Amino acid sequence: MYRRHGWLGLIVRHGLIWLAIAFALFPVVWIVSASINPTNSLQTQQLIPPNPTLAHYKTLFTDPNVPFLQWLLNTIKVSGITAIGTVILCAIGAYAFSRFRFTGRRTGLLGLLLVQMFPQMLAMVAIYLLLLAISEYLPAFGLNTHPGLIVVYLGGAMGFNTWFMKGYFDTIPRSLEESAMVDGATPFRAFVRIIIPLARPILAVVLIIQFITAYGEYILASILLRGTRMYTLSVGLRFFTQEAYSRRWGTFAAAAILGAILILLIFLPLQRMIISGLTGGAVKE
Amino acid sequence: MKRPGLASTLVKIVLLCLLDAVAVWGVIILGSRGSYALLGFLAVGTLLLNFVSLSKRAYPLRYLLPGLIFLFGMVVYPIVYTVYISTTNTQTGHILTKDQVVTQLESRTYQPPDGLHFASTVFQDEDGQLVVILSDDAGAMLVAEELEFLPLAADDPRLERDGEGRIVAVGDHVLLEGLAVFSVLSELETRRYTYGTTYLQLSGIEEFREVVPLYAFDEGRNVLVDLRSGVEYTPVEGTFTAPDGSVVEPGFRVNVGARNYTDILSDEGIRSDFVRVFTWTIIWALLSVVFSFALGLGLAMLLNDPYIRGRFFYRSVLIVPYAIPAFISALVWLGLFNTEAGAINRILQDLFGAAGKVPWLQDPIWAKAMLIFVNTWLTFPYMMIISLGALQSIPGGIYEAARIDGANGFQRLTRITLPLLLVSTAPLLIGSFAFTFNNFTVVFLMTGGRPPVLGAATPAGATDILISWTYRIAFQGVRGNQLALASAIAVIIFVIIATISAINFRFTKALEEVHRGV
Repeated sequence: MYRRHGWLGLIVRHGLIWLAIAFALFPVVWIVSASINPTNSLQTQQLIPPNPTLAHYKTLFTDPNVPFLQWLLNTIKVSGITAIGTVILCAIGAYAFSRFRFTGRRTGLLGLLLVQMFPQMLAMVAIYLLLLAISEYLPAFGLNTHPGLIVVYLGGAMGFNTWFMKGYFDTIPRSLEESAMVDGATPFRAFVRIIIPLARPILAVVLIIQFITAYGEYILASILLRGTRMYTLSVGLRFFTQEAYSRRWGTFAAAAILGAILILLIFLPLQRMIISGLTGGAVKE
Repeated sequence: MKRPGLASTLVKIVLLCLLDAVAVWGVIILGSRGSYALLGFLAVGTLLLNFVSLSKRAYPLRYLLPGLIFLFGMVVYPIVYTVYISTTNTQTGHILTKDQVVTQLESRTYQPPDGLHFASTVFQDEDGQLVVILSDDAGAMLVAEELEFLPLAADDPRLERDGEGRIVAVGDHVLLEGLAVFSVLSELETRRYTYGTTYLQLSGIEEFREVVPLYAFDEGRNVLVDLRSGVEYTPVEGTFTAPDGSVVEPGFRVNVGARNYTDILSDEGIRSDFVRVFTWTIIWALLSVVFSFALGLGLAMLLNDPYIRGRFFYRSVLIVPYAIPAFISALVWLGLFNTEAGAINRILQDLFGAAGKVPWLQDPIWAKAMLIFVNTWLTFPYMMIISLGALQSIPGGIYEAARIDGANGFQRLTRITLPLLLVSTAPLLIGSFAFTFNNFTVVFLMTGGRPPVLGAATPAGATDILISWTYRIAFQGVRGNQLALASAIAVIIFVIIATISAINFRFTKALEEVHRGV
């Protein structure tokens, strides 16, 4: 459908793309500039800082009033455990759905399909009350705990990812495991030794998508976590912008950049893989 | 299949026994506290675990159970529970169940004017353990080492007296005098001692008095009796209410049927809030999808052009907004949109003078425009990527054929590209609509639903979407947490999302996959 363009056509097309790039990078440029600007105020920030400084980054790691490092570690811990747990639990479940034939399998699959379209956060009130009740008997998994939040995230991740992985497992030929089982391997052994290595790409996709999802989750974390030191980055970052952008703009900017950079470093090199994962399911973004 | 060895079977059985022992212990504790929902969950879970580990027929369940436990505990059960809460009056002051409230009320006490009273002395050992000795006007003494007072003989061998006959120690416990008494008062205050069939409690610095229960609940007649005044309170919609209208706090949770739903439909204030929020939610989701898809598609068509150089570089840069976590972008944009000092208004003021000072957060229309703008920025890379994929899947031959038939560029776009593109991206666009419909993060972090709407019956601001409205009713209400009403709205959102998903199933092969039985 495309033909070679004249020079005017080329300039217009590249011009339009650069316009879009300006739009895409507008906030990025401002926030990078703010983070190295000596002023901490929104009002006096200049796009090109007169005396660039790394003071705001230093504040994040040294000022005891800004528990940024704590929040970042909390987030990485919660997201990391959630992602690993999701991969393990969903892979095991998906294997059963893909390989075994049992009564209730079809009902189970249909149920999974229905459950995964329910956004878990809609049940926020019930989840809050549930964790409130759990707090009474098992305080380690109750309100304001990271294990509690991880369990909630794990539950929310089961439906879609089990379904998603099952689809991939279906494409792996069965003959491989069957020959292993003829040689005396149990189904579980065949799963661990044969399916898992073959399914590495899908495991990686689920791991990364789940990590990114949990990293950016806000609503449940904000309901379930109460103490400042327990916050994840999404709850914490909002907490310290609330006071006044005008007084802490530079510090906030440095925190925003450090918070985003980890995800950017994961996302950009693996974008093809992640996007195929996000759209492959096609039911949920 | 190979038979498992003896050792592994033994290990399995030992582990199961341990687990069951813990579960039985848990059941007993939960049973004694009257927490039957959790008890049922634990009991069923344990039985299932035993069945699954021991039965050969349940072999596939061994793989499914771990995931199912999380799915049921944190998704299915909360869904069912949400529906249940939406049929109750659960809100601040009505959080507990009736049994819990009755237990709480029955533990309240008062001091009858003609009750027993004693002078008290307190003794403490090195570990901080307290012993209290009481004496009444006649000189008879009582002692409590734990929470029960027992008679004490004046010549008890544990007692040590000084020259004036005062008791200065009981065994290892030494008399607390003067200021030392104050340090243990707050601890003593919370203790309720039994004495025979009645209760004794600290009532002054050196004084104990008899206290008796203030309320008794009559199960048969279903009334709460105030034992001091004799007034009888009957439960009315979750509150113990006397004939004269006075009530006993707290209230409890009762079933109110569909009242929360009928309130949304018929209560003038709530209904008008609902209609306004719902309308904006649809507009918000629709415009976000339309704008970001238009922008993404346009860029995809530019980037799909093989005669444009640097396409990989362009693509990688343009995807950045999608790769930054949305909560960070939203907060950054909020700073840039700041009315007084934000970069955007400073640029606009340079261009247009005073008219460039746009009230982004104060004016409903501008606030909505800002939200859609930011969400477009967040989503257009996703639209660009899916459009690129869809464009590449359109076979080039069709365009050749169209060109030979004399179709111009515009016709090729509207007759070939768009229809084919929409077929393959429709489910993703619907999915994106459903996601934006519930995109709490962007709305809540940027405007928090503000600016407020004057005269709204519920905490519903001008930019609140259904999900953020639900959140504010549940957790940020001025009149406490209206959890039941919030749950009813959540159920309504679920019905809407389910409808959208049902439509979407028609576009995808998900259902076929179930029925084909692969």
